[in-house]
Amino acid sequence: MNAPMLPQSLRDNPRPGQWIAFEPDRRVRLATGKVELGQGVLTALIQIAAEELGVDPSRFRIVSGDTDAAPEEGFTAGSQSIEASGGSIRLVAAELRARFLSAAALRLNCAPAALDVVDGAIVQDGTATALDYWTLAPAVDFDTPATGTAPLRAPDSFRYIGKALARVDLPGKLFGGWFIHDLRPERLLHARSLHRPWPGAALAPLDEAAIARAAGGDVTLFRSGDFAAVVAATEALTERALEAAEARARWSGGTPRAIVPSEPLALLDAEATKRTLDVPAARVDAATAVARVTARYLRPYLAHASIGPSVALALWDGAHLTVETHSQGVGMLRVALAQALEVPLTAVSVRHRPGAGCYGHNGADDVALDAALVARAHSGHWVRVQWTRAQELSVVPFGSAMVVDLAAELDAAGRPVGWAMGVTSGTHGQRPGHNGRTNLLAAEALPGATPTPPAPDVPDAAGFGGLRNAIALYDLPEQRITHHLVARPRLRTSSMRGLGAHGNVFALESFIDELALHAGADPLAYRLGLLSDARARRVLEAVAGMSGWEARPAGGEGTGWGIAFSRYKNRAAYVALVAEIAVDQAIVLRRVWCAVDAGLIINPDGAANQIEGGVIQAASWTVKEQVRVGPEGVETNGWERYPILTFAEVPEVTVRLVGEATDPPLGLGEVALGPTAAAIGNALADALGVRVREMPLTRERIAAVLVG
Amino acid sequence: MIAFTLNRRPVTVDATEETTLLQALRGPLGLLATRFGCGGEACGACMVLLDGTATRSCTLALSRVVGRAVVTVEGLGTAVAPHPLQTALLAEQAGQCGYCLSGIQIAAAALLGRNPDPSRAEIADALAGNLCRCGAQNRMLRAIAAAGAAMRSAA
Repeated sequence: MNAPMLPQSLRDNPRPGQWIAFEPDRRVRLATGKVELGQGVLTALIQIAAEELGVDPSRFRIVSGDTDAAPEEGFTAGSQSIEASGGSIRLVAAELRARFLSAAALRLNCAPAALDVVDGAIVQDGTATALDYWTLAPAVDFDTPATGTAPLRAPDSFRYIGKALARVDLPGKLFGGWFIHDLRPERLLHARSLHRPWPGAALAPLDEAAIARAAGGDVTLFRSGDFAAVVAATEALTERALEAAEARARWSGGTPRAIVPSEPLALLDAEATKRTLDVPAARVDAATAVARVTARYLRPYLAHASIGPSVALALWDGAHLTVETHSQGVGMLRVALAQALEVPLTAVSVRHRPGAGCYGHNGADDVALDAALVARAHSGHWVRVQWTRAQELSVVPFGSAMVVDLAAELDAAGRPVGWAMGVTSGTHGQRPGHNGRTNLLAAEALPGATPTPPAPDVPDAAGFGGLRNAIALYDLPEQRITHHLVARPRLRTSSMRGLGAHGNVFALESFIDELALHAGADPLAYRLGLLSDARARRVLEAVAGMSGWEARPAGGEGTGWGIAFSRYKNRAAYVALVAEIAVDQAIVLRRVWCAVDAGLIINPDGAANQIEGGVIQAASWTVKEQVRVGPEGVETNGWERYPILTFAEVPEVTVRLVGEATDPPLGLGEVALGPTAAAIGNALADALGVRVREMPLTRERIAAVLVG
Repeated sequence: MIAFTLNRRPVTVDATEETTLLQALRGPLGLLATRFGCGGEACGACMVLLDGTATRSCTLALSRVVGRAVVTVEGLGTAVAPHPLQTALLAEQAGQCGYCLSGIQIAAAALLGRNPDPSRAEIADALAGNLCRCGAQNRMLRAIAAAGAAMRSAA
């Protein structure tokens, strides 16, 4: 029998002992390289291990994201944790269970098939034995690499998978003291950093004594190149010192940015590398084109805009650096910190701690370098750096603006016989380590730093960056897709939830509606006419049933309905979504229905929570959000200038999980973003009779298309 | 020394009058459930009850708290003895990252104090000063309504 293809995480960390250990008091230690970002992943991973081992989930203690104590699994990103880490844990747990049963069978002089495990205890033909995982553990091999060949529990016998287990992290968040923000180690110093407001800006000398006087206490200034920080014993003092330092900071030189009429359109004038991707035809027919439809869709730069600021703590003891971070990738951050500080990799330990909501490559990595730099100047002290709200909305990496051009040639029935798409975007991947650079903000401001060269985009094999979901899943003729990767967008861009999929699915699914309108077809019927993928059809039909699509009111009169579909990365979960809106100058989001096929669902409530959150976050991006830049830096650096959806503005969201437990689990954390944007755009077109093709779909843009 | 009532007990803090209540809570008073979000009264993460009214603590100078009653999340309930709001939020699994949840609990407690049976729209209005970025609003709205119902039936 051929060895199965193991998940990358398991190939990188093959020993079962790297993942699972049995500890005193009938506890199980489960270690993972994936980290909790608020998505509930740790709970789901416990469910998987509990299922295959046959141990109650309450017995688990989970260790995650620790370069000294957990498997290295890269970034917690791309909706891959359940497939990569969960897939590995499932195989490891099943294999350990088999090894334990073999060891028990030897002791009991019976066949392993006569044995089972109930909450960690070995039972023989349904009768208790004296053996359990904890007593047998010394006799079991945790070192021989897992082969992935042990039998897995069948879905019809699941006890924990598929159940809505309560999140293990939620109580701590509810009662307080849970976050990285709340760590208060001994010998703690607080610091706040000053970052350049635009690329290459130089910072004039700062008067430490004047800052200390203004703050009213002992404050020291850290300065290295054009990075600076104020340091003091209390947060109150440090915050007053930062105010004083910011008021005195004089920045000059570099490349301040002029205001442009449209951030996405400015990408078209920038230096870019071009490549073309030809997707073979899914359908070939001889019909001739009788019409051509083209449209251009725009997405602005978007901010992560987490409610809590980025924080890191660092301790330099003279030889070793320990960092507490809410980074998505402790291993890559460790490498980047060692590189930026010019110390050996073995001199750096990095541990993950829960941060506020993480939707991609935010400021977590950058602030870790801030803390490390200051800590090295205060040997023996923990140094805690917390960013300000303005920094959180201005010096972080952003989701790139995008221009998406679509063109279709149509036959007499309105079906596409020619298809072209052009995507212009900054990179969607500039994490630490990407392109061999640290990509840490302060590193560029240190003495002797070389300018960061243009970053390549996320590799195709990782699901594309700017071209994520550019390939339409419909039965189309050859798709000619052109990617213009802008070398130096006006803002630092990197991975934000969904990457290019938000812009591309907004464009593709808006365009499909425009083609349906051209063909005089119902948007659902038009899609189904171009879709042979059975799972794609199933989610569309399911959402039509849930929402009462066929019986919806006619558009216009200030209300509208829109439908959209996508399969995230063309390989994660299938999503179909219907949005109902009203238009009263601006969009009022009423209801959203969403059908999702993610195969086997580990935790249905956790899955629904992720989908609901994705819908609401995408709705916020789509109707309200855009980053604006000016000569002083990012202008949208406060909540009043970067508003997000409020409690009164969120739509009611209904999610139905329609997949089969016999299909493998598919990632779902990012799958709703694109279809949400498109369904809202389509609903707006339904309500107005004309289309707004530029996000955000604001009152001003609605007024502009109505005036025509 | 600044003296006030914190979670029904008298406290004194050795801090200057312009120190904010949030800085004092998270610093010398060591109560970490109240969170810094923006420092500009725009997100609600730092809300406390001040004489029963949901109030942002990030800009509230200690001089304005003298002699008044402050309640933080620690004063609402604990894991062992949760407030009905906390029980309901857990039952609805109403949160993702959870960072906004302290301010949400405070705003909701203030609302239920003055209106024990609020509608969805009234709850949303009461949370107008609270932001949630993860998109768990619908769960929170349901949980707060359920907490109100539980408190009415217990009363």
